Amino acid sequence: MKKFAVVLYAAVTVALMIWGFYQAMYVAPNDAMQGEIFRIIYYHVPSATVAFSFFAINLVGSIGYLASRRQHVERALKFDAWALAGAEVGVVFCTVVLITGPIWGRRAWGIWWTWDARLTTTLVLWLIYVSYLLLRRFAAGPQMQTLAAVLGIFGAVDVPIVYMSNRWWRTQHPSPVFFSSSPGAGMAWSMARVLLWNMLAWFCWGVFILILRYFVERKCQQNAAAEAREALESND
Amino acid sequence: MTRALWTHLVKDLRIEWRSLDALISMLFFSGLVVVLFSIAFDPQGSFARQIAGGVLCVATMFASVSALNQAWAREIRHQVMDAQRMVPSPGAELYLAKVLANFFFVTVVQVALAPIFVVMYNLRIVGNGWLLALVLPLGTWALVCNGVFFAALSIRTRNRELLLSLILFPIFIPALLAMVQATNAILTGESDPTLWIKMLFGYDILFTTVSLLLFDVVFHAE
Repeated sequence: MKKFAVVLYAAVTVALMIWGFYQAMYVAPNDAMQGEIFRIIYYHVPSATVAFSFFAINLVGSIGYLASRRQHVERALKFDAWALAGAEVGVVFCTVVLITGPIWGRRAWGIWWTWDARLTTTLVLWLIYVSYLLLRRFAAGPQMQTLAAVLGIFGAVDVPIVYMSNRWWRTQHPSPVFFSSSPGAGMAWSMARVLLWNMLAWFCWGVFILILRYFVERKCQQNAAAEAREALESND
Repeated sequence: MTRALWTHLVKDLRIEWRSLDALISMLFFSGLVVVLFSIAFDPQGSFARQIAGGVLCVATMFASVSALNQAWAREIRHQVMDAQRMVPSPGAELYLAKVLANFFFVTVVQVALAPIFVVMYNLRIVGNGWLLALVLPLGTWALVCNGVFFAALSIRTRNRELLLSLILFPIFIPALLAMVQATNAILTGESDPTLWIKMLFGYDILFTTVSLLLFDVVFHAE
């Protein structure tokens, strides 16, 4: 039953992604100002959304781990696995954002990169979570989970400050397209529809990888626990 | 100020006074960075003024890492750190004492570096020079309060000296930006540094609070 659910979910996700690709490449109209290159929005924006939500999962997992590590060890380990999965898959999606962004920027602005609020925030976010993953690699034993959770919280505290500081510094990235009051905001329904389809598809895909990564990490934790138990018993 | 904090602070200052390890290595290293930058960029006239703030902040940042690495490493010998874990006073006091001691060291280095800096970059301060006395300590505090915390965090990992820079620098980026912008605004007199000083102030308060709250978790992690 479980296997069937996984296969079904994967099939639906792949179908959604094919549908999203078809919509983005063949159905959506060209942008009046930017032409074909505009279609990269259907990959850039969904990846950014997924990356930011998964970093939020990392924060929740980190806080949950620290809160429950004394009384509920098993629950704490689950939180830790979610935190790790969130950071790892988030970094992958963040990398996609950082690759698609300059490609788009080169055509739309004429430059690959600029130190603007959202670009810098995304880059710093990427740096912070890569350092988080490095910490997890370099530290050993159960203390690693505590240290990583603390760094996860520090990283999350840093993000709004980075964003605000760069906003005061300079901003070139277009202001939010949705829920914004600035002139020129908003999107024709023919494009917004495609964007939403792609967002759904990439979200399903991200969640699929996230859950897989979560279960792999849980298996690793269980193996480590079993090994530790065996080592203890063989000492007797 | 409580007694535990005072004891830790006096102990750290005394060790440093006897060996001068951190101060000498920091001074020499930051001096080197300043020389290297002036060779690489050949600063003259208004250009020197534009990059001077950035060079000073980055030199301080690189140099302080050497002191921060030693901050906890010297407690490992003779199991001093284990003893400190068993002390009934809160870990926050130990943390604060370390921050104060290292803040003092980095400030000494900055004060010693300033004349060399002014000479090598032919600086003439156009804006309110006295504001530097506010900006540099605020930036140094941001660096040291995070640095001491992450040094305690990375002390029990492999590659700890490398890892400290890897996790400290990304978190420090907004403070570095504010520090550089404020210093440049003061040196060139072209813009108003108030916003950046406020931001540094907010950053300091926020991260000092988070560090004080979470220090015990890191210090007793096992």
